[in-house]
Amino acid sequence: MASVTMTVNGKQVTANVDPRTLLAQFLRDNLHLTGTHVGCDTSQCGACVVHVDGRAIKSCTTLALSCDGASVTTIEGIGTPDNLHPMQAAFRENHGLQCGFCTPGMIMSAIDIVNRKGHALDEHTIREELEGNICRCTGYHNIVKAVAQGAAAMK
Amino acid sequence: MSAKTGVGAPVLRKEDFRFITGKGQYTDDINRQDQAYAYFLRSPHAHATIKKLDISAAKSAPGVLGVLTGDDLAADKIGGLICGWMIHNKDGSPMKAGAHPALAQGKVRYVGDHVAVVIADTYAQAKDAAEKIIVDYQVLPAVVDMNKAKGSVAIHDVAPDNMVYDWHLGDKAATDAAFAKAKHVTKIDVVNNRLIPNAMEPRAAIGDFDSGTGVYTLYTTSQNPHVARLVLSAFVGIAPEHKLRVIAPDVGGGFGSKIFIYAEETVCVWASKKVGRPVKWTADRTEAFLSDAHGRDHITHAELALDDKGKILGFRVHTKANLGAYLSTFSSCVPTYLYAPLLSGQYDIPAIYAEVEGIYTTTAPVDAYRGAGRPEATFLVERIIEKAARETGTDPALFRRKNFIKSFPHQTPVIMAYDTGNYTASLDLALEMADYKNFGKRKKDSAKNGKLRGIGFSAYIEACGIAPSAAVGSLGAGVGLWESAEIRVNPVGTVEVLTGSHSHGQGHETTFAQLVADRLGIDIESVSVVHGDTDKVQFGMGTYGSRSGAVGMSAIVKAVDKVIAKGKKVAAYALEAAEKDIEFKDGRFNVAGTDKSLAFGEVALQAYIAHKFNGQDLEPGLKEGAFYDPTNFTFPSGVHICEVEIDPETGVTDIVKWTAVDDFGNIINPMIVEGQVHGGIAQGVGQALLEGAHYNADGQLVTASYMDYTMPRADDLPSFDIGITTTPCTTNPLGIKGCGEAGAIAAPPAVINAITDAVGHEDVPMPATPLAVWHACQKGARKLAAE
Repeated sequence: MASVTMTVNGKQVTANVDPRTLLAQFLRDNLHLTGTHVGCDTSQCGACVVHVDGRAIKSCTTLALSCDGASVTTIEGIGTPDNLHPMQAAFRENHGLQCGFCTPGMIMSAIDIVNRKGHALDEHTIREELEGNICRCTGYHNIVKAVAQGAAAMK
Repeated sequence: MSAKTGVGAPVLRKEDFRFITGKGQYTDDINRQDQAYAYFLRSPHAHATIKKLDISAAKSAPGVLGVLTGDDLAADKIGGLICGWMIHNKDGSPMKAGAHPALAQGKVRYVGDHVAVVIADTYAQAKDAAEKIIVDYQVLPAVVDMNKAKGSVAIHDVAPDNMVYDWHLGDKAATDAAFAKAKHVTKIDVVNNRLIPNAMEPRAAIGDFDSGTGVYTLYTTSQNPHVARLVLSAFVGIAPEHKLRVIAPDVGGGFGSKIFIYAEETVCVWASKKVGRPVKWTADRTEAFLSDAHGRDHITHAELALDDKGKILGFRVHTKANLGAYLSTFSSCVPTYLYAPLLSGQYDIPAIYAEVEGIYTTTAPVDAYRGAGRPEATFLVERIIEKAARETGTDPALFRRKNFIKSFPHQTPVIMAYDTGNYTASLDLALEMADYKNFGKRKKDSAKNGKLRGIGFSAYIEACGIAPSAAVGSLGAGVGLWESAEIRVNPVGTVEVLTGSHSHGQGHETTFAQLVADRLGIDIESVSVVHGDTDKVQFGMGTYGSRSGAVGMSAIVKAVDKVIAKGKKVAAYALEAAEKDIEFKDGRFNVAGTDKSLAFGEVALQAYIAHKFNGQDLEPGLKEGAFYDPTNFTFPSGVHICEVEIDPETGVTDIVKWTAVDDFGNIINPMIVEGQVHGGIAQGVGQALLEGAHYNADGQLVTASYMDYTMPRADDLPSFDIGITTTPCTTNPLGIKGCGEAGAIAAPPAVINAITDAVGHEDVPMPATPLAVWHACQKGARKLAAE
């Protein structure tokens, strides 16, 4: 077992973990932050995307120990039903989700796209930038609309 | 009732708040106290007998609570998994269903088949311990190619030639007669590629036996928890129904793959008693690829007979359908009764004869995947129609128009009686939206840039609203396919809708509330929808086959009508009027011709106060249930048009425009309906351009991760133009036809018709990858050079 300390959604946490524990497992099993989902375990589907020190990463292929001292933000850390993040609101207003399983990762990736690419995103850019997130339900049509609207609303 | 939330309004979803904030509760998000973890040791071989299975080292590994095998299942008299639809051969004999134990009993039949389960304190310990299990396999030849299955070694003793069934439908003599007088016969060979459903949430289960009450609880990723309970009780024999609770909480997509009763959840619920602890299993993605039921996988030869005016006289079809190594829950009906009855498409075809061979192979079981049989039928029909139009030099839109069914009801020669439709209207709107008349100009412009442009049509039909119990019973189904609903009105006038339909992305919590609020004249926020728990909802058949609207909501309105009828009795007492004088309108019970009136909520309160009911005249309370059994299938239809531009240098196909015009009958929430269409098209485009499950000759699945199996991603797809035409269904109270599968059914032939149009010949397989299309372009180029 090894000790790991990180700040998750603004709160410092310390735990002893099996060194092979992945960040996604640490968030879900140790911290009960089950909004971060595991859809593929090969860094392909993006359901597990969280922000580490302000960058989007895939938590299913990141060791928890490698995040020692880092600041982690998950879907639970960006907004609540009463106080939605503009990107969360945009997904709802554009029907950008159906089963909801990929949605936390999509929203975390979308915010990261805005952080990197700015607030005026065209369809082509959004589609290319969403390459690392797979949705099986929506056909992406409404996700693309949601990301564009959310990006503008984050200004 | 606000127009903003009534039937027909694009109401934003109630369920979204928990999903967008990470508060959804999927099966893997649930943890039971003292929970242990299961890991399944799976067969690395496609086909082998197990000569020896030594679990002793695994049993004593750290953290291990138990190692269970097929012998333990047999000792506990736990039955095998079942196939619930009996198909009969041409000669009337029953299909050959091999035994399907949840853990192997002496033999494994596909890579991923379940050999043993290890249960330990942690998942890592279970996985580590599984490596200590020693299995001595005697490897047998894999059976992968359907065309060679007959002469191969038998996978099941009951089916020595690996044939599950040899089935047919239609009138052979009438069809032969039609071909005898044909002026032109179009022939086609198509392969409907094998797909892996890939709901984003992998399957998961938690079995939890309570020794105090003797009740088992199974949390599972199911589209139909009551069907799971029925099968696990009545056939597998885990426990009687009143001692088995099945909960399907939030479920992350299904697409058919979560209808079925699989080995893993069966073992978890059984093992929870064996080890005395809750047992959790969650598939990793490769396990999902290996062991979720796959879809499609047909090889078909078909012929279409035409008269001298291009009118269809007859249609002859021979299909080989891969059913995999075991018959999954509904697998047998997919290439038979969900396929051949759709072969008339939107067309007036006097004679049809279809033969289907169901074949065992040493691959994962194949069962219903979004559309289930209907996409295979539509792909075939729309490919051969397109080819016939080309061969006869007819515009493909005109060829379709000429052969459309134009009067309703219409009895096809293959069981189905279409109640209503207007296929010409959908075609006209689609042609206009797609700007078909200027396609030639766009094609020339593409050619100037060295690109090949093509346009493809798909005029699809599906049979939804599954299904009339008497009809499916006569065709071999083990159960009727009605639906149930219950409306519970609370004393303050809020309403709970309990439904047997399960929501795993379809938005029932919104649309069902929308319907009930509209009917009762109350605020949509006063209505909540309860589903997915056999302890809460009495019974239900679940969600598949686009049935939740046409069947599930019909049950709901039936129950709502009973609530209103009871409300009138309550109002009559409360208002001291005769029941016959009470009218219900806009959420109020009024005494006709007076100003005496009570709101719905006030009547609900009176129903529970019950002071005025005089003891036995009227029962207190306000709660009504209903079962609804449809009288016919519903027949959604539409026309999709795909326009592609191909770079012949790279073979990359770019979908430049997608037009979808659908007739779903009446619509409750157009936003949700359009979302269903988008998602369906994406899966259909995935089949046409990207996805293909591939087993090598040894029976190894070589497409078992997202790095090998190409899922549609955002940059693979265009935005879609959606149009709607409406002919309300005549056989259910809401006029709903269903929309869940349409896109997946319509899309593949539209794409392939567009690509074949662009390259100038018919030889384009699915998936039409850049390599395949490049080859097709080369072949087209040679053909042009030869001309």
